[in-house]
Amino acid sequence: MRGRPHLHTSYSADQALMPTTTKKVALAIFLVLAALAPIASSIPIYPDFLGNNDWMKLLSHVAIFGIGALGINLLTGVAGQVSLGHAFFMGLGAYVGVVFGAPAGDLWGWGLPMWIWLPMAGIIPAAIGLLVGPAAVRVRGLYLAFATLGLVFIGEWAWRNLKFITGGSFAGRRFPEFQLRMWKEEEPLVDFASDGVWLGFEISEEAKVYLLMLGLLVVATVLAKNLQRTRAGRAFQAIRDRDIAAEIMGVNEFKYKLMAFGISSAYAGVAGALFASFVGRQIPETWDLFLSVEFIAIILIGGAGTVSGALMGSAFVILLPRLVQDFTEWLSNVIADGEGLLASVADAVISVSPDDFGVVNILPGAGPGLSVFQLNQVLFGLLVILFMIFEPLGLYGIWLRIRNYWKGWPFTY
Amino acid sequence: MSTATRPSALLEVRDISLSFRGLVALEGVSFHVTEGELFSIIGPNGAGKTSIFNCINQVYRPQEGSILWKGDSLMGLKPNQTAERGIARTFQNIALFAHMTVMDNILSGRHIRMNHGWLAGMLWWGRAKQEELENRHKVEEIIHFLEIERWRKHPVGLLPYGIQKRVELGRALAMDPELLLLDEPVAGMNLEETEDMARFILDIQDELGITTILVEHDMSLVMDIADRVMVLDFGRKIAEGLPEEVQTNADVIRAYLGTTGDASMQEFG
Repeated sequence: MRGRPHLHTSYSADQALMPTTTKKVALAIFLVLAALAPIASSIPIYPDFLGNNDWMKLLSHVAIFGIGALGINLLTGVAGQVSLGHAFFMGLGAYVGVVFGAPAGDLWGWGLPMWIWLPMAGIIPAAIGLLVGPAAVRVRGLYLAFATLGLVFIGEWAWRNLKFITGGSFAGRRFPEFQLRMWKEEEPLVDFASDGVWLGFEISEEAKVYLLMLGLLVVATVLAKNLQRTRAGRAFQAIRDRDIAAEIMGVNEFKYKLMAFGISSAYAGVAGALFASFVGRQIPETWDLFLSVEFIAIILIGGAGTVSGALMGSAFVILLPRLVQDFTEWLSNVIADGEGLLASVADAVISVSPDDFGVVNILPGAGPGLSVFQLNQVLFGLLVILFMIFEPLGLYGIWLRIRNYWKGWPFTY
Repeated sequence: MSTATRPSALLEVRDISLSFRGLVALEGVSFHVTEGELFSIIGPNGAGKTSIFNCINQVYRPQEGSILWKGDSLMGLKPNQTAERGIARTFQNIALFAHMTVMDNILSGRHIRMNHGWLAGMLWWGRAKQEELENRHKVEEIIHFLEIERWRKHPVGLLPYGIQKRVELGRALAMDPELLLLDEPVAGMNLEETEDMARFILDIQDELGITTILVEHDMSLVMDIADRVMVLDFGRKIAEGLPEEVQTNADVIRAYLGTTGDASMQEFG
């Protein structure tokens, strides 16, 4: 209906994922732009730097963590069960992936193609999740957080000791590369692990991996969004909001909590396997408590319980350190360039030599002030606190407010 | 209701007793509800009215007695299984799913009337899509019935109290129940909202023919619309009968006024 985006004449139009034309167009533009990022330099006015290999890597990282965040969002945001066990299931997925996908050698590996090892990295963690789930879902709130915390430590211990799978502490092992094969043939059908030419464009390995991750993220997002708007998703939210009322409405609380646990573990497993292969070599220490906490932070910052919040949160948490680093570098260049108010402000913020005072130092060794890494840690903690106090709906809530403001503009409401 | 054509009991509660450690909540309470009836339970605060609902839903497990639904025992079922049997409920303190929209709340009442699993839902495929759209139609009927069209897509947590109560009634109706348990549907409402709610309760009786148990403190409402009334005091049943019989019962007056005086219950109304 032209000019009346909210006039729907059928239930299927009203229940659609993208109910308005504006949303459809905006999403389409966004997806096209995202897909064109690898050839940014050949498109006028498109920011060139996005096509650089390190930005391609960064965006792949965002996409992988986005998949993981969709999983924890389903369990913690949608079903309301706070879990710190996400890192365990990611690790599990990674090692399932490597056993199925890596070529046999000193360590276990069956060398199966990606269309087997990637789904397996979801299915087996889901099965393990359903196995340990019954014990976990009997407790709620903080107690559940603690029960799942235990999983992370059991996992870390197991990964360190299962040397024939994981490569052992601080050694790790190589994970399978992103190559599509029918079976075990030499020449992969689609090789994401080396540079090449696609549709006449020079595409680097990093850009290929980025496109693959983008595609997987889109699939994972559509699945999560569909789940949330259908019967099971409503049951999850009902349990989150009022568990006893949900039961009296006919929701089998135990079954649906377990289901949320299983599906969330599958997402975690796939994200873990992708992350391990994306980095290439991983050590057992990767799958630690901090990783779990990072995911909780992602959905808190993004907006718990919303799919778009999970995605915005992971983009924010992954890109922030990079932006901070670039910004400090830019500031130090300003100092080097010379005089002016900006330079003196920058000089106060940044210490460039051991006896120069500054909040942040960019020296190779220790110096006065925080290192960029430490600054990022401080910012991370600070942001989580600020979001919890001032914007419990996270980035999604901020977006909602901006949108509603412009919807009514120039009227207040 | 004439005794000659009285249908058999839909719900029969026999001698249930419920206590929490030393605290006795219900003591040997028996009653039955027949099909199509509007049965009301009244009593002072703490008399055990809501406890009876929680026993019927099996949220509480009475230590003694039995609860029969169409002749079969409800005892030992899970709360969600009582829902599957056809028992729906609203709550004294609104228990809506606060972060969901009005539509999703009512749709969640359709949970037991749908069959598709998580995988079909994730793929928005086959039965999932078909069921979601069919049940959306059913939800629209309820939204229309309760006249809450304009709040359809609002998150319920943001709605006024009276509307939330109505949405909760809608969620219960969405279950297509055979028995509706209403726990203080007009508590805290002004006169206009109370009258609206009374009309909905009567419409549910007349148009939908759903048997209802009403727990309520608003005596004038109960006396106006109930077919039969049971009075509880400190977990015991002290009277049962037609509204006018109960109104003049000496025990009931004593329970409410704490005296043996001959004041009539009419004074409450």
